[in-house]
Amino acid sequence: MSDLIAARSQMAMSLGFHIIFAVVGIGMPLLMVLAERRWQRTGDRIYLELAHRWAKGTAILFAVGAVSGTVLSFELGLLWPTFMEHAGPMIGLPFSLEGFAFFTEAIFLGLYLYAWERISPRAHLAAGWAVAVSGMLSALFVVIANAWMNAPVGFRWVDGRGVDIDPIAAVMTPAAPIQVIHMILTAYAATGLVVAGIHAAGLLRQPRNAFHRRALAVALLVGAPAAVLQPIVGDQAARFVARSQPVKLAALEAHFETQRGAPLHIGGWPDEAAGQTRWALRIPYGLSLLAFKDPHAEVKGLLDFPRADWPPVAVVHVAFQVMVALGSFMALVSAVALWLTWRRRDLTRHRWLLRALVLAAPMGFICTEAGWVVTEVGRQPWIIQGVMRTAEAVTPMPGLIVPFLVFTALYIGLGLVVAWLLHREIVRSPQAAEEDAA
Amino acid sequence: MDVGPPELVAGAILVSLTAYVLLGGADFGGGVWDLLASGPRKARQRALIAEAIGPIWEANHVWLIIVVVLLFTCFPSVFARLAIMLHIPLSLMLIGIVLRGSAFSFRSHYGPGHGEEAGSADRASAHWGRVFASASVITPLLLGICVGAIAAGTLRPPGASGFRDFVATFVAPWLTPFGLSVGVLTLVLFAFLAAVYLTLEARDPALREDFRRRALITAGLAFVAAFGALGLALAGVPRMARALTGGPRALALHAATGAAALTAIAALWWRRFRLARLAAAAQVALILWGWALAQYPYLVPPDLTIRGAAAPRITLVLVLWALVAGGLVLFPSLVYLLRVFKREHAGR
Repeated sequence: MSDLIAARSQMAMSLGFHIIFAVVGIGMPLLMVLAERRWQRTGDRIYLELAHRWAKGTAILFAVGAVSGTVLSFELGLLWPTFMEHAGPMIGLPFSLEGFAFFTEAIFLGLYLYAWERISPRAHLAAGWAVAVSGMLSALFVVIANAWMNAPVGFRWVDGRGVDIDPIAAVMTPAAPIQVIHMILTAYAATGLVVAGIHAAGLLRQPRNAFHRRALAVALLVGAPAAVLQPIVGDQAARFVARSQPVKLAALEAHFETQRGAPLHIGGWPDEAAGQTRWALRIPYGLSLLAFKDPHAEVKGLLDFPRADWPPVAVVHVAFQVMVALGSFMALVSAVALWLTWRRRDLTRHRWLLRALVLAAPMGFICTEAGWVVTEVGRQPWIIQGVMRTAEAVTPMPGLIVPFLVFTALYIGLGLVVAWLLHREIVRSPQAAEEDAA
Repeated sequence: MDVGPPELVAGAILVSLTAYVLLGGADFGGGVWDLLASGPRKARQRALIAEAIGPIWEANHVWLIIVVVLLFTCFPSVFARLAIMLHIPLSLMLIGIVLRGSAFSFRSHYGPGHGEEAGSADRASAHWGRVFASASVITPLLLGICVGAIAAGTLRPPGASGFRDFVATFVAPWLTPFGLSVGVLTLVLFAFLAAVYLTLEARDPALREDFRRRALITAGLAFVAAFGALGLALAGVPRMARALTGGPRALALHAATGAAALTAIAALWWRRFRLARLAAAAQVALILWGWALAQYPYLVPPDLTIRGAAAPRITLVLVLWALVAGGLVLFPSLVYLLRVFKREHAGR
């Protein structure tokens, strides 16, 4: 394994690990404050129990998210010092703001978790909102920095260095708005639906369990609208990529030959050597229509770009297909659940819907990982699109396979412990609370 | 001293580092005392430590992130140099940070008493307690080693040989007797801070005496460690030796540090715990500032200065505004946090 591959693997592994906790760290606080708010409004103690349990889970997930985020902030330099040396002054500003958002989140989470008895109910709920809002702002700032790597602006690149640096223009990168919304919706959809799935499983066993019924309602309130909106936003994101990163679009669609009226590939395996995609279902004009809203629009194929500028096509294509497929399923299940709720039907009578929710539970996280593969691997071989190659940015430190293996082992261990602790909590859901169907 | 945006940002980094040491450092020190908990009140010592750091350690930890972010935004070549040449100790420190934080939250999760599972929960809790405590010892050591390497001026850009000589480039600059002595000093100071703070957290007089004793012992050890590091600097690090002994400013700072240290010991002796906390914090802050002053205007001696390594002015100015805006949110929140958790059982 070359040092570059080891560094990329370590970064991918660290990001892939952290993003789970980051997503949950944005979604869970919203769940817990909504539950606490309902407890304060209705006096129904089940909501209080839910807020407590969700807060307990959030405590662990936030701690692991905080430390793995710290690792990432160092790894930017430990692995990519040349990148940070140039990009720091250009895009450090949102990272600084993210530092403060993280600070606020940590302070108010400390208050939320430990001050139930020490501050007024109103102040406690406000602390919860502060956690939820600052978690969302953290995502906003970090994703702005990532968007800049996809669409770098706010400087001129002269003789291997940035001049005329304008950090405000950098923050205004055109890639940011859509990428930020896409990410925040992901956080709510993934967290909401995983919690909904867990309680849907509980309801399949005990349809009258009031604890699971209330939990499902709050979880769907957070997850379902986001999941329904996500395909619309995702379509916009892909259309932006079509204009700003045509190679990435061609890779994620496994589209080799430039043509007008390009078909959409569903499934299939891109054969990079032969320059064609095999075994795909082809929808005529589909790609031109989706990418440019015109069935006859020309879509550039990979073969029109130098081979050295291609990302790993198969990885990106498969990740994209997985994201779209699972995201569509989540949107469909969520739409049905919302429609039934709107018609005031009892969701728990529709066992097929509960089963579908159980099936959808892990999908948000698979989509999150797949989406990051699409955006990060899809940008390769560039670390700053069109400006600096990843290979130019890597540290001169040799033997990078060692830290890669060490951190991988560390994170696998942590992941297993967190999974075990959460499993332990879920198994202990209250059994007694029963009620008649409304 | 000519003060412009680069100096202001460098000052903000020093302030953040001071806050990290005084607040986050004490949380690591708490882990040290968890590891060394002993005597008839062993379990209660551990419970007190957990109660003291539980609500605040994550907020205290963020100061380190602020330092990192300010470095890579405003002094990017400094960040790159440190990240390349201190790759090994920084990676090890990160492992310590990850294990300390996760293990602490895992242990808190088990909490006291879990009905039928109490036995296994206690065992799991004890297991994570050990991980938390060991990581709390290792992390400050490595942090100190990194600081020692910067202070010693050994993190030079590689010469003509480039980065080929692995040991000379990536190990020798930080693995020095002086570096290790700074690591030990950092660990002792963190443990000292924690013991002093815990005298004010404890409600039970016996528990308070436990930590008073520990504070006095570590105060003595801090003297030994400080003079050990100084001796090694005088013997082997000429740059440091010159800066530490030369000039009236350096000597005034030493005098102030010594006065704070003696005040802390006297206050502990006479059980004036609030005064002890103030003096201990002043002592540790002054040691940190003494280092900063000793290497001013260098961020990484022998070549990277505050002015020379600074990012373009517009970046610095925007970051300074961001610091002001962030501070307006941060400081009231921080004060609120500390008031809620640190007010009622503060002793004398």
